[in-house]
Amino acid sequence: MPTDARQPGLASLLEAALPKVVVAPSFAAMLVFIYGFILWTLYISMTKSTFLPTYDFVGLAQYIKLWRIERWWVACRNLLVYGGLFIFFCTVLGLMLAIFLDQKIRIEGALRTIYLYPLALSFVVTGTAWKWLLNPGLGIERLVREMGWSSFTFDWLVTSEMSIYCVVIAAVWQSTGFVMAMFLAGLRGIDDAIIKAAQVDGAGLTRIYWKIIIPSLRPVFFSAFIILTHIAIKSFDLVVVLTRGGPGYSSDLPATFMYAYAFTRGRLAMGAASAMMMFAMVMAIIVPYLYSELRRKRDA
Amino acid sequence: MKRTMKSVIAALSMIALFAFNAAAGEVEVLHWWTSGGEAAAVQELKKMLQNEGHTWKDFAVAGGAGANAMTALKSRAVSGNPPTAAQVKGPQIQEWADLGVLTNLDDVAQAENWDPLVPKVVADIMKFNGQWVAVPVNVHRINWMWCNPEVFRKAGAKYPQTWDEFFAACEKIQKAGMIPVAFGGQPWQEATAWESIVAGVGGTDFYIKTMVRADEPSLASDTMVKVFEIFRKIKKYTDKNAPGRDWNLATAMVIKGEAGMQFMGDWAKGEFTAAGKVPGKDYDALTVPGTADAFLFNVDSFIMFEVKDAEAKKAQKAMARLILSPDFQIVFNVNKGSIPVRSGIAEEPFDAVALKSMQDFAATARTGGLMPSMAHEMAVSPAVRGAMFDVVTNFYNSSMSPQDAAQKLAMAVKEAKM
Amino acid sequence: MPDAIRRSRSETAGRILIYGTLVLFAVYFLVPLFVMVITSVKNMDEIRTGTLIALPQQPTLEPWLKAWGYATIGVTNEGIRGFFWNSIRMVIPAVLFSTLIGAVNGYVLSKWRFRGSDTFFAMLLLGCFIPFQVVLLPMARTLGFLGLSESIWGLVLVHTVYGLAFTTLFFRNYYVAVPSELVNAARIDGAGFFRIFWKIMLPVSTPIFMVTIIWQTTQIWNDFLFGVCFSTGETQPVTVALNNLVNTSSSVKEYNVDMAAAIIAALPTLFVYFVAGKYFVRGLTAGAVKG
Repeated sequence: MPTDARQPGLASLLEAALPKVVVAPSFAAMLVFIYGFILWTLYISMTKSTFLPTYDFVGLAQYIKLWRIERWWVACRNLLVYGGLFIFFCTVLGLMLAIFLDQKIRIEGALRTIYLYPLALSFVVTGTAWKWLLNPGLGIERLVREMGWSSFTFDWLVTSEMSIYCVVIAAVWQSTGFVMAMFLAGLRGIDDAIIKAAQVDGAGLTRIYWKIIIPSLRPVFFSAFIILTHIAIKSFDLVVVLTRGGPGYSSDLPATFMYAYAFTRGRLAMGAASAMMMFAMVMAIIVPYLYSELRRKRDA
Repeated sequence: MKRTMKSVIAALSMIALFAFNAAAGEVEVLHWWTSGGEAAAVQELKKMLQNEGHTWKDFAVAGGAGANAMTALKSRAVSGNPPTAAQVKGPQIQEWADLGVLTNLDDVAQAENWDPLVPKVVADIMKFNGQWVAVPVNVHRINWMWCNPEVFRKAGAKYPQTWDEFFAACEKIQKAGMIPVAFGGQPWQEATAWESIVAGVGGTDFYIKTMVRADEPSLASDTMVKVFEIFRKIKKYTDKNAPGRDWNLATAMVIKGEAGMQFMGDWAKGEFTAAGKVPGKDYDALTVPGTADAFLFNVDSFIMFEVKDAEAKKAQKAMARLILSPDFQIVFNVNKGSIPVRSGIAEEPFDAVALKSMQDFAATARTGGLMPSMAHEMAVSPAVRGAMFDVVTNFYNSSMSPQDAAQKLAMAVKEAKM
Repeated sequence: MPDAIRRSRSETAGRILIYGTLVLFAVYFLVPLFVMVITSVKNMDEIRTGTLIALPQQPTLEPWLKAWGYATIGVTNEGIRGFFWNSIRMVIPAVLFSTLIGAVNGYVLSKWRFRGSDTFFAMLLLGCFIPFQVVLLPMARTLGFLGLSESIWGLVLVHTVYGLAFTTLFFRNYYVAVPSELVNAARIDGAGFFRIFWKIMLPVSTPIFMVTIIWQTTQIWNDFLFGVCFSTGETQPVTVALNNLVNTSSSVKEYNVDMAAAIIAALPTLFVYFVAGKYFVRGLTAGAVKG
């Protein structure tokens, strides 16, 4: 009898622990492969590591040096400009395209695939196509001029002050489709009954979208923001192929800076320090947002 | 520096670098010659090794002039399983050798008599503490200027020997409505042109002091200011679309007759050949003004990691021997468009540009004009090279004054050495 | 009557605006592909002498055949076809594992919250912002330690681990919108953890599975960095082969073959978009049934 009484207890105990057991492997992997490695990087950033890791502690020397390097400042400023514009345009255009596509468009399937395909192509080669298009002597400027508008100028790629905007154009091209897909999935998940009820109440379509549908897409905005921030901070191929950080190093980003120092230039500790700074910058943006989002949900 | 290296050794010894090599007589080779003529050239080496009964495991990683390959190599070394041989060049050979992970190739070198065959300045890069640890494969010459004679004829300009003549020719070509200098505005291309100017303006001693020894007072000297002045002046004779342009597209401008000349290493020849152009008729290769007696070299090489397996060791040594064998030197360098790194090679298979290179290579090896290229990772450590690149590219693409540039150069180099 | 006409007129104007915008963006998205396709059917002489974005004068399929079957990559002359299999063997398990684990994680984090579950989620998301380049060396060492270096399974592990944050994010945010009453009712009926997942969550998950699979497939298929560091020779994924094909330090660049190879290498992901795109629509009908 006591066994019978205990068994359901054990089972329900197990049942109660099941959610935790199920996420435990992910938790363990996260601790090792993410946080363990972050700690390792943090330590390396405080050493004199050159082309391979060494473990002689030198404190914050690398960080002090890092902030004295002009190129690092350029990279950080670029990230701000590039990241801001990239996230803004991808979100706005992605949402707009999703809403438009959701209006019972006849060629939806084709359009959706067209919007999505850039993500499928490796930038190692699409970058070359973009480079040609954006180069004044080969691409759009030449084309427009040959069509008769001889004073047309589009030379951002070769102008130090503007080259980062070229990176934005190509990046928006590459990622908007996926944001569109996310919003589309979100829109399709909304209960039609809500919209119908609002229509019965006489609300216009614009108003319904503005007041009801877009606010209900909040989780999608959240996902999109996280993903786009993630893409922005890690943008690497894009810059390497499109501008190589140039002209000069005017379109350098922290990720390319970090890779150059850590691997190409044999200054691993400096690379690690720049990675930690990148991480810190993201934390400064993401943590408050994440906190408010998660808190809002809990309150709700 | 030494102390740091010692602790690296300690760190690395923990991760069993001396890995067991699976198949007997197999060499796993990391290289970045993955397409076109370069890959065809490597395939010859594979064939030769196979003829001797060994197997070749390919570990090809292209991109960024070897940057990706170096990242992959570090990953492999840290995972405790380095390849048998890896394409590593310049001062980085010393860094790997200092870890004590490379195999000593002195026995092959002695048997094959490498020392008298390879110029000392090249051999020194391949040796660590006087022992051969790397095998040189080929030589590229950096200080070439590729010219389209038709453009010069139309403009009524003469091939320049000095910088004054150079700018006079530029002026004429520009007046005739063509672009004097085809330029690709990428940091390595800028540095390629810039280091040729350093040699052309400052001469051999100055080049060695600045680009090889990275001596700070020389980097900040008036001669360096002059170098930057000339570099800036050249920009006037390039087109505005140069930034970011790939080198081969700049070469195409010379081929098509849109531009008069291009500063580029001898791989540019491949583009002319592919377009069906003949040297001496459709195009000419001149040395950069002031560098007729200088030969800036870019030598590719393989390092060999220490392996335990006896068969693998044999294959490794065979590979080292084959690389410098006359047969391979000919077939490889004809395919790649470079010249043999050793003397005593038949001249017939090579074209006019290569022959001129070969003569100059031998001559400058005697006179001291044979110097390692900074831009192509032969001279200074990657950290110093990176610092130089930053200043050069920033100078070229901004309005920084030549005086400031020379000062900044010395400062950046000092910071990178620390 | 006039009112209705006016309304239909403004509706027509709206439709035109919508179609116009959609088509305009389609053009923006298609232009680079157009450049790639026309370049891939030109011969090298035409590329060398003509304008890069001009239409081909004598179209040829030769570059496509070469890219697929006999282009030189490293020491083989067999094009990129051989590398497809490597990528497929890596992508399928990695996408499968990361998506399934993400789905279960998302399910727990939305419907079975426990103390610290939000913290776990936040940590998972934040951790992903460390640039992947810095994890290369510690990861290489860990894989060496696990005996997984240079193997497909090593790559599968890496992609699964670093994909988890996003798959979990996708599923969590999707499942948050599934009414908790359904879950609670099922719990009262005595349904267990997995039964609820199987019977209630999975049937409504098609759209989010599609989004996740699209994302993961693309990310993993297109990854270059991990592929290049944690694989060798015959196990290299197709992106590394593509990179090896298009990059050369001193040889003549064959842009037509490069472009053809890039498009070929992207065909599997394009296919996924094509198929998964359809399921978005099915997701719509599923949603309607649910509503």
